[in-house]
Amino acid sequence: MMALLNQVGLLVLTLVVFWASFWLYRRYNSRPTIHSLLHPLVTAPALIGCLLLLVDIDYSLYRHANSPFFFLLGTATVALAIPLHQQFHHIRSLAKPLLITLLFGASFAVISAVSIAWLLGASVETLISLSPKSVTTPIALGITEKIGGLPGLTAGVVVFTGVVGAICGPWIFRWLNITDDRIAGFVMGISAHGLGTARAFEISPRCGAFSSLGLGLTGTLTVFLLPWIVIACSN
Amino acid sequence: MLFGPGGIGPMANDSQVLNLLRGLIILLLYQGIGEAITRYSGMPIPGPVIGMILLFLTLNLSGSKILLKFKYRGFKHTGLEHTAHLLIRGLPLMFIPACVGIFFLPNTQADQRPAIVGVIVLSTLVTLTATALVMKWLLRSEAKHP
Repeated sequence: MMALLNQVGLLVLTLVVFWASFWLYRRYNSRPTIHSLLHPLVTAPALIGCLLLLVDIDYSLYRHANSPFFFLLGTATVALAIPLHQQFHHIRSLAKPLLITLLFGASFAVISAVSIAWLLGASVETLISLSPKSVTTPIALGITEKIGGLPGLTAGVVVFTGVVGAICGPWIFRWLNITDDRIAGFVMGISAHGLGTARAFEISPRCGAFSSLGLGLTGTLTVFLLPWIVIACSN
Repeated sequence: MLFGPGGIGPMANDSQVLNLLRGLIILLLYQGIGEAITRYSGMPIPGPVIGMILLFLTLNLSGSKILLKFKYRGFKHTGLEHTAHLLIRGLPLMFIPACVGIFFLPNTQADQRPAIVGVIVLSTLVTLTATALVMKWLLRSEAKHP
């Protein structure tokens, strides 16, 4: 009985905190900088994380209670095919610039992370765990296991990258005077995977569709290229 | 949009519910097919991503007539469009349990953690900026030389 109560309680905790953080987010929508920082993807996990640490509840327990969300995340991923299909005429006409941007962005994400970490003196294991950072979590975990990284570290690194990208992306686009939602979407999909895509759909359906494309393509490209590069570098 | 005409409001009737359910069935079917392919082929690509690619291919190759055009009379959106829209709007909520995991990382490489946080913030900002500039430049030159 107690276990059941815990399960339902932890699920409701996610919903209640999300509701509260969404309310806060909507309230401050007139001030862009504060608005981004109050995004539910920042406030809700921070609040839940602190609560769990305070009450001393294990993350595996919380994760198990919230498994419906992990399942629905898969269903929502499949659902990305619909906006992708509806916006496909925009995408097809831009095939060449999109492909070049993809190759540049996906490799730049890996190179910048690994080289900055190397300059700071990170261990080889850490460098490997950092390399798939801009790929969607399940793909990144598959890659890191294959090339000898630490899955626990990679999972954290990937999610954190997504949060940073989803929050800072719109700032950077404003700073660079980029108003084209195709650019905003595709770049957020490449560098901030699913979290960037969730944010992109708040901007416009076209932005979201370009982001879904960037997310899928970066994941696929990195799966096939990264293991070979790591093998080449370690020889 | 959700509570407008053709949307699902507090007074959703049976055919609206059926419309949503049909969309959900199609999505779950593709998710299942994707999971099965990942499991039996041993590919490192997650099942839902394969499901998304397969659904996208089905919609693009003639299937959009079967899956998207088929809807109840008087509705603006098909079941599939509607369910997909609801799920995608819910994406931030579904990411939250995974994000909470940042606070509970295993204790390996604990001494390097502040450096790792710095690396990620810096490299993500640089990547966003550089990639956005490259794409902006590419699109500008496309417009000049069509």
